Amino acid sequence: MQRKVYTKVLVAIMMMFTFSVNAQHGESHSDNTTKGITKTDVDNTIGHHMVDSYGFEILHGVGFPLPVILYNDNGVHIFSSSALHHGVVESNGDYFIASHGKIYTTDAEGNMMDDGHGHHVHPLDFSITKNVFTIMLTVMILFFLFKGMAKSYKNGLPTGFGRFMEPIVIFVRDEIAIPNIGEKHHKRFMGYLLTVFFFIWFLNLAGLMPFGMNITGNITITFSLAILTFILTQMNGKKDYWMHIFWMPGVPTPMKVILAPIELLGVFIKPFALMIRLYANISAGHIVLMSLIGLMFTFHSYMAGSAFFGLTIFLSLIELLVAALQAYIFTILSALYFGMAVEEHGDH
Amino acid sequence: MTIPRIVGAGLIVIGAGIGIGRIGGSAMDAIARQPDATSKIQTAMLIAAALIEGIGFAALFAVSE
Repeated sequence: MQRKVYTKVLVAIMMMFTFSVNAQHGESHSDNTTKGITKTDVDNTIGHHMVDSYGFEILHGVGFPLPVILYNDNGVHIFSSSALHHGVVESNGDYFIASHGKIYTTDAEGNMMDDGHGHHVHPLDFSITKNVFTIMLTVMILFFLFKGMAKSYKNGLPTGFGRFMEPIVIFVRDEIAIPNIGEKHHKRFMGYLLTVFFFIWFLNLAGLMPFGMNITGNITITFSLAILTFILTQMNGKKDYWMHIFWMPGVPTPMKVILAPIELLGVFIKPFALMIRLYANISAGHIVLMSLIGLMFTFHSYMAGSAFFGLTIFLSLIELLVAALQAYIFTILSALYFGMAVEEHGDH
Repeated sequence: MTIPRIVGAGLIVIGAGIGIGRIGGSAMDAIARQPDATSKIQTAMLIAAALIEGIGFAALFAVSE
């Protein structure tokens, strides 16, 4: 009984802590005459967290720069992204400047050059940006975690970390792969399904951490994952699959002619929907969360601050659920498409 | 944030809300009839809800360009 009261009082005190943070953030990024954080500050911060950047900034001024790797006609240029903060960077005779998060080639004074078509000249950018770094880190974490799990099997039972992951792996096999793909062909796709499930789940979780690593909220990443599903379904399509798209059996011929273009469109729209679903869910969640945190500061009142703090915690818990749910939905829809591709005639 | 955009976004949310609400309702009726099949029904409900949410988000994406 005493412990219950104690935890409630503790949570109430934590919610009141917003007043101290409010006072510190009196000096904000833009010079404005009103004290405290304004809506434009919040908008700028949100925009800053949603896009990729060339270095890590964990706290204000604390962080580490990442290498910038560029390629143009003069060869490869490698330098640290901290040089980009100071203006024009010179490397092997070429000058570069960072403007609005992109790198452009400039002349010695720092003026961007025009390539004759109205676009600014820019080198090919192969830098290790924040997103690339996070993906590499996640891939290494996944690789070592599951390699260790595979090795830890003694007498058919896993030990250590494997005990936690084995039910999830079996879940992917028994609830996602086998019901949709069938007993006969599911093993072929298990590697991809497991990888994509844990990859998306861990990347979504990374996006909820306070370093601004917004990866699955980046449409290029989800596009690549959807393209992989698309390529795998088309490469594994059996004759029945293509028949069902272009010349479906059991349907009168005029209907076949009408349905074939629609089915062909469907072949492309299904991975497109996969891409949009994951992108929009995760980026919308991030924007709402960050807007709520911003609302905590813009009201300049303790009551509003603590109320929004509680709401933010509640929404973060929902975002945790969404992280796992979106990974599950992507995996099960991919398994569904694979199942349709390898379905054999006798299965009807 | 013009008026047509706001109205469009509202309509999208109404559509997605009605669709997913109906799925949730049918799922709850089905679970009430056969509690043993709860996990299967839940799985099917989640898939259908995700598909509807997918087009809902695609439409919201198009509204906010």
